[in-house]
Amino acid sequence: MTPPPPSRPTDRDPVAAFESARLQLQRARRGQVITFAVIFILALAGSAYVGEVSIEVLLEGLPGFFSYLNDIAPTLRPAHLAEDLGEWYWSLGNWLLLLWDTVLIAFVGTLIGAVGAFFLCFPASHNLMENRAVYFVTRRSLEIARAVPELVYAMMFVFAFGLGPFPGVLAIAVHTVGALGKLFSEVNENIDRGPIEGVRAAGGNWFHVIRYAVVPQVLPNYTSYTLLRFEINVRGASVIGFVGAGGIGQELMFVIRQFVYSDISAIVLLIIITVSLIDISCEQLRHRLIGKESLL
Amino acid sequence: MTPRPRNVISPAEVAGLRASHPRAFGRPLEERLREWAVWGLFVAFSLYAFWAMGFFDLPMIANGLGKLGFMFGLMWPPAHNGWFADFLHGILETLGMAFIGTLLAALGAIPLGFLGAKNVVPQWIFHFGLRRIFDGLRGVDQLIWALVFVNVVGLGPFAGILAIAVGDMGTLAKLFSEAIENVERRQVEGVRASGANSVEVMRLGMLPQVLPIILSQTLYFFESNTRSATILGVVGAGGIGLQLSDRIRVNNWDEAAFIILMILVTVSLIDFLSRHVRERFIGKIEYRP
Repeated sequence: MTPPPPSRPTDRDPVAAFESARLQLQRARRGQVITFAVIFILALAGSAYVGEVSIEVLLEGLPGFFSYLNDIAPTLRPAHLAEDLGEWYWSLGNWLLLLWDTVLIAFVGTLIGAVGAFFLCFPASHNLMENRAVYFVTRRSLEIARAVPELVYAMMFVFAFGLGPFPGVLAIAVHTVGALGKLFSEVNENIDRGPIEGVRAAGGNWFHVIRYAVVPQVLPNYTSYTLLRFEINVRGASVIGFVGAGGIGQELMFVIRQFVYSDISAIVLLIIITVSLIDISCEQLRHRLIGKESLL
Repeated sequence: MTPRPRNVISPAEVAGLRASHPRAFGRPLEERLREWAVWGLFVAFSLYAFWAMGFFDLPMIANGLGKLGFMFGLMWPPAHNGWFADFLHGILETLGMAFIGTLLAALGAIPLGFLGAKNVVPQWIFHFGLRRIFDGLRGVDQLIWALVFVNVVGLGPFAGILAIAVGDMGTLAKLFSEAIENVERRQVEGVRASGANSVEVMRLGMLPQVLPIILSQTLYFFESNTRSATILGVVGAGGIGLQLSDRIRVNNWDEAAFIILMILVTVSLIDFLSRHVRERFIGKIEYRP
């Protein structure tokens, strides 16, 4: 944004002076605005063309969406609430087991991912790694690990290890190494240099510097980011079963594809409850950790 | 009797100090026990979790690693085998889905964000309820929405656009209403003092303050949606994911590797462009999703 031109002392009417300055400013910005509008409209038109967007389909589909919502809503009559609930959640035990699997997939995936990110983040921080080649290679590997979506890893690992939770855990772990490795190395790059120089002056080698100067400063932030990632991974693990990699996803995909209407709402509601419970407890834990260390 | 050296402290004095300042000599036993118990539980739970996920099934893992090596062998060299135009169309479709989906999500989230802000709608029950609905929308993954919309509007990119729009509307609305709650009060009061009604207060007092945040967050979501839109095709909702999952299903690994490389290039290109746009036109706003 360009600042308005400085006002010159004049004996003109101040309102007229203001208006003319405003007009100048508007004229200066007009070119930029028009360029942006043209680019935006072109992008929109191109996207609408390749995205096969049509108002007719939307208008046709919208009532369908609401009737779909109506279809998946369970029939709950106040008179027979207990039986209706029982019928809605007819397979509750099985679903809870699958949800437990989902949480375990996220837990183990986050744990492996955090440990991997911990070991890779120090060579990927430019203030800690003098060897440019090592820095470059770790940095690029972390980028590739997080740029490929979890579900793509999951499809590859399902091919190698077969159906079940194991490939799902690996897929989440690889993606988490990339995502957390980047965040961890950003934390490393913002640390106080004093302790590093202290350890170095006392004759410590690179591992001593990491262990005694860096890790004590960054550990609370690492924990906080890992807990946040766990929340994200629980969401991710709920759909990783779509490609056969374990958890509630497989069951959910089955009931959506087969139009088992009331089961859809039952399972989605269970997922929402689980995700919210985990969000709330992780937030509590994070606040306790941060409160203790008075960091962030 | 020889005088005691000044800098040596007798065992009796140590015992006395230990009694009067126990914490200077280490933490009490029960505190350490509690900490060990927490760590022990964590390790035991982790072992159980690893076992339940099949990490102790060594023959399966060894067999799988062999197949993984075989798969990487098949991936090299990546090849398009004449499908390049199709792949490019898939990538463009993915970008288009992300663009329109994010745009619709942001357009829907602006009014919802105002309704969910404490300083616009003071009745706490209303904005509390609305915030819980946003959280609920956020708890359902985009891929679930995609599956639902494939049932509603049929296979194709349009289902993906709706999935992105509905899936992100809750998150964006939550972020927008937090931004609106943090606006400077004086501008709002100034507009109100000059006789504006409540719509004018929102338009002239609040919107100019939050617009940069809204634009910047929308750009971030566009970036992240180009990533997530690449996989919506796995459930039939359009984009490059459809081609990718087809190639993986029939074990065409060299073409799959080519598509993955195309995704990597596209995603980093979009990241670069959107960072450039953000820094040039919006200024740096600290935000972490």
